Amino acid sequence: MSVYQNNEINEEETSRTLSLVVDNQPGTLARVIGLFSGRGYNIESLTVTEIDNRRHLSRISLVTRGTSMTIEQIKSQLLRIVPVHLVRDLTLEGPFIKSELALIKLVADGANRVEALRIAETFRARTLDVTLGSFVFELTGRPNKIDAFIGLMKSLGDIEISRTGVSAISRGDKTETKVLEQIKLT
Amino acid sequence: MSKDNKMTGAEAVITALVENGVEVIFGYPGGAVLPLYDALFKNKKIKHVLVRHEQAAVHAAEGYARSTGKVGCVLVTSGPGATNAITGLTDALMDSVPIVCLSGQVPTHLIGTDAFQEADTTGISRPCTKHNYLVKNADLLCATVHEAFEIASSGRPGPVLIDLPKDIQLTNIQYIKKRTKINKILTTVLPQIDVEIISQAADLLINSKKPIIYAGGGVVNAGIEASNLLTELVNLLDAPVTLTLMGLGVVSNKNKNFLGMLGMHGTYEANLAMHNCDVMLNVGARFDDRVTGRLNAFAPKSKKIHIDIDKSSINKVVHVDFGIVGDCKEVLSLLIKEIKKSYNIKSIQSKSSWWNQINNWRAKNSLGFIQGATIIKPQQAIKSLYEKTIDKDTYVTTEVGQHQMWAAQYFGFSAPKHWMTSGGLGTMGYGLPSSVGVQIAHPKSLVIDISGEASFLMNMQELSTIVQYNLPIKIFILNNQWMGMVRQWQELNHGSRYSQSYTSSLPDFIMLAKSFGIKGLRVDDVSNLDATIDEMINTSGPVIADIRVEKEENCFPMIPSGAAHNEMILSSDDKVADTSESGLALV
Repeated sequence: MSVYQNNEINEEETSRTLSLVVDNQPGTLARVIGLFSGRGYNIESLTVTEIDNRRHLSRISLVTRGTSMTIEQIKSQLLRIVPVHLVRDLTLEGPFIKSELALIKLVADGANRVEALRIAETFRARTLDVTLGSFVFELTGRPNKIDAFIGLMKSLGDIEISRTGVSAISRGDKTETKVLEQIKLT
Repeated sequence: MSKDNKMTGAEAVITALVENGVEVIFGYPGGAVLPLYDALFKNKKIKHVLVRHEQAAVHAAEGYARSTGKVGCVLVTSGPGATNAITGLTDALMDSVPIVCLSGQVPTHLIGTDAFQEADTTGISRPCTKHNYLVKNADLLCATVHEAFEIASSGRPGPVLIDLPKDIQLTNIQYIKKRTKINKILTTVLPQIDVEIISQAADLLINSKKPIIYAGGGVVNAGIEASNLLTELVNLLDAPVTLTLMGLGVVSNKNKNFLGMLGMHGTYEANLAMHNCDVMLNVGARFDDRVTGRLNAFAPKSKKIHIDIDKSSINKVVHVDFGIVGDCKEVLSLLIKEIKKSYNIKSIQSKSSWWNQINNWRAKNSLGFIQGATIIKPQQAIKSLYEKTIDKDTYVTTEVGQHQMWAAQYFGFSAPKHWMTSGGLGTMGYGLPSSVGVQIAHPKSLVIDISGEASFLMNMQELSTIVQYNLPIKIFILNNQWMGMVRQWQELNHGSRYSQSYTSSLPDFIMLAKSFGIKGLRVDDVSNLDATIDEMINTSGPVIADIRVEKEENCFPMIPSGAAHNEMILSSDDKVADTSESGLALV
């Protein structure tokens, strides 16, 4: 943003899910994150891991907030980063799936243990660890589903949370294969 | 080179530089780059220019790059060598100058141990480079150097840094030549230019009664052809044209449609024409805050077309009706073709009433000043300098501040790549080292660093470089003993409380020149000004000219901070409204 007052467009900020394909090399993630911190944009969620081990490409799924002008600016700025090959705005493109994984530890006793297991079953959470005083549940799904589960668990005892952040993909039969094939093998 | 066609990493880097067309490298040696300096010593194809500070190495490379259109090349050591280069790299990023900077690094096994002269160079330089590398595998050295040159010079140019650990420089490797075409999708592949948008933009321009063309540094970067095309378009439409600080020269100052520079210290006619236009064509400029003034009053009644090679420049601060992503040269040539297709004198709107209006603004003579009998007005100093050098092949660099604005206002440029100034970052101390690079690239030309005494002090160690290479640079110091622009803002915005803006304890510039064995001149009376300038120009070696000017002269016209184009003040006598509270917070 310029220091000069903008033509105030009173547009509300919305949440956008971006999907990036980048070279899996040192510094790429730092450049993406640096862009957000340096220019004052928000990151609500960020996940990254390699998706192509021949071309050494990673996918970054990123949730950000902003007006449409800000989001357009974020996308253009991301494309300027040399190892960023593809920037897709899933929110704008059409229907897409957002999913994340959460690990939730609950320390509880007595009747609350029974209630916790019942709720976990309803949410199709897996029980990964059990002691006489605690559980660790694994849950996948949309972020709001995980929020709801965490809310319930909180009322049953002391909890500890680890979440992966959102991973996203578009619905339908369209893929990126053709675009990614243009990137040479390293 | 050993028998099996292998060479050290350092030798491979230097060979790759030669392959990429490097003839000159600006640098400063140190422990972590000794193998590279050894390779340079053996290689006779590259001239090394030893600067006296690494910041100056980058500025010199910028001057070289901007005045030639080639990539500027820099070599610095690890740690302080690299951190000293950061200001220069940021300057190059802001002004889109192609630079490849090689920095030494501690050997790979010592990285992260706080070794002597270790710094996280890739980390520190990440936000101020277009791209950077830490080479940890010697086999990737050649490809990395080749790619760096490609990235620095393609699309919107910028600085690229390669961090080279010392052990990598010493590893024996096989040299790999540059492939004719780099496969990798480097940055964004520019999209096909939308023909439909071109035709709509052409329509808009043909039917406009009050058009304005506003062009910037992108046209310089697009090469001389882009400048010629822009001039052709200006003449074809008979449209007024104004240029940004970075764009000066892309349309000749002698063109009758040229209104001068626009923006904070632009001419009255340029800014008023921007404010009142009905169609604005922006070619390779980025709606910088020095240019737009208050955004909600920026050219309120206009349709805007913006041509830029960088998609992120479009709609960044000013919303435009037509954004065209592409190289200025290609887009302009398509646009001209399209306009000519439907061109006839009748279809192009008559602009006589628009020109009448503009000529009325011109009549205000916003750059007018009154030169008294003795004390030299800084404006007069630049004007005389211009008049004395008008027939020579002159390159001008500047520092930052009032003298820079006066140079932009009163020195005329008839061709691009002859004007080197720090626009985006506003780096005091840019001009002197930059002039080193310019003079190295153009040994026969007249190179002048228009300077202020405060800016000059920031990188005056480069006098030593100038003397070592016998560069006949003319250092033209407008000496008012103030950080003039700071003083001006303190006068206008802070009740004349001149906090720390007086440049005290100045050296005697003639003695300073003498101590380096070069000529020093001083003038404080306007009647001797011309003779002093003549003597400066006619001296074959470097000269420091200490031009003692009016101390409290302000730079006008001016758009006060937070004000709009039509709220310009023309002189100190104008009733200056107090800067608004929000304006005070602006820079």
